[in-house]
Amino acid sequence: MTIVGTHVGSRRLPPPHARTPLLSRKSPLFSLVQLAVLLGGVTWLIYSGAQAMEYNWQWYRVDRYIYRIVDGEFIFGPLLRGLGVTLEMAVWSVFLSIAIGMVTALLRLSNSASGRFLATVYLEGIRNTPLLVQLFLFYYVLAPILEIDRFWAGVLCLSFFEGSFASEIIRAGLQSVPRGQYEGSDALGFTKLDRLRFILLPQAIPLILPPMTGLLISLIKHSAIVSVIAVADLTTEGMNIISETFMAFEIWFTVAAIYLVITVSLSFFVSWLEHLMKRHR
Amino acid sequence: MSESGGDRYMLEMQGVGKWFGNFCALYDIDLQVRSGEKVVVCGPSGSGKSTMIRCVNRLEEHQAGHIFVDGTELTDDTKNIELIRREVGMVFQHFNLFPHLSVRRNLTLGPIRNLNLSKNEADERAMQYLERVRIAEQADKFPSQLSGGQQQRVAIARALCMQPKLMLFDEPTSALDPEMISGVLEVMVELAQDGMTMVCVTHEMGFARQVADRMVFMDSGEIVEVAPPDRFFSDPETERTKLFLSQILSH
Repeated sequence: MTIVGTHVGSRRLPPPHARTPLLSRKSPLFSLVQLAVLLGGVTWLIYSGAQAMEYNWQWYRVDRYIYRIVDGEFIFGPLLRGLGVTLEMAVWSVFLSIAIGMVTALLRLSNSASGRFLATVYLEGIRNTPLLVQLFLFYYVLAPILEIDRFWAGVLCLSFFEGSFASEIIRAGLQSVPRGQYEGSDALGFTKLDRLRFILLPQAIPLILPPMTGLLISLIKHSAIVSVIAVADLTTEGMNIISETFMAFEIWFTVAAIYLVITVSLSFFVSWLEHLMKRHR
Repeated sequence: MSESGGDRYMLEMQGVGKWFGNFCALYDIDLQVRSGEKVVVCGPSGSGKSTMIRCVNRLEEHQAGHIFVDGTELTDDTKNIELIRREVGMVFQHFNLFPHLSVRRNLTLGPIRNLNLSKNEADERAMQYLERVRIAEQADKFPSQLSGGQQQRVAIARALCMQPKLMLFDEPTSALDPEMISGVLEVMVELAQDGMTMVCVTHEMGFARQVADRMVFMDSGEIVEVAPPDRFFSDPETERTKLFLSQILSH
């Protein structure tokens, strides 16, 4: 034993940084005060700016656009109804973009030259044109041809847009499965589909899942763009309310807050899921 | 094929060639393995031993010559490749077990999907082979919970569950800790004694002496010498073989 008495004694003391004085720069209290000052400053800036342009704050009028209670009955306001449309679009789009991403990823990894070419054309086309232009193409060109309404034009546009990202996520996931797993399953004579289903995907999904939920979050945010083709989503409802009431500040803050609540709770849900998956390993 | 028609070989390679870019990995490989025969392939690293046996189940594609497994030629057709792979078992240097599946599931998935066995039949067969490699009590563990030697024995059992006609071993003991090697070799010796047709790439010369019917020595993509083990070790024909043997047997 090389550790002598005094040494052992000193090891039993708490580490030097365990207790921070309440008023030091490292204490949580200091951070909280810092944050409060910062937020207060920003709020004051907006408020005084609004005062200077003699903006008439009418927060008391906002709640009726979220929900109303008439005769004890809960009635969804236009903003919540808009949120419903936004979420409906997001759910459809996330499934479609995973399907599109899966097909594209498999085409890119396939032996078929025409398959790889097709996937590359799709990916480059989507990545190198503005989302807004894609939306107009879907709405003004494809929708009349396919006879679909503006909601589905929006959903399809978002799906193809996010599908390009999904395909890269899935491709990266599949490629991160070690070479030996491909060979091990090939040597047993699995068909390519079985190899994917039983060997590759189960190993790739834990790697695919976290970035895929990031995709869902960006999908919810990107879905605001469908307001330009007048799908009645959260953003469109916000614009409509403002054109009636001129409460631009209040409504846009509210709309942003609703998006924020949804996306932030999704992120928390995802980190909880990841935590759960790690524990199950 | 007329040449192979009369005397059926379990494995026949005729003039097989393989290039990686401009590098010639295999050149004019001729090899016949009879049913029940054990062939041990050795040679310096990079001599093409692994590439040769990996061509047999199309993990590598040969670009020249013909390969027949039990009389069926290996072609580009996907179905043909799948069928041949189901008849040829392979054991890898790094085991390549499926880490997300239990040992039992590792063994049953192939027979269930590729041989149309029922789950019960496959389970029964899996336990039978797990007992044979003396690891039955680990059936419900995951590969990562086993030692290297145990994993390799599971890998052997997994290949056997397909009831292959031919087993390929690609340096099965090279990635193992020394104390794990004997357990794996024992299983391989028993398998040989049971009459399995085996082609083994290995540096385990003790194993080779014990089970090999023929030794194949390869260098720079060619088969240099084929001989029964006693003559191969005591009286090798070529200088290259002598040099190789002196290098690996010197200590």
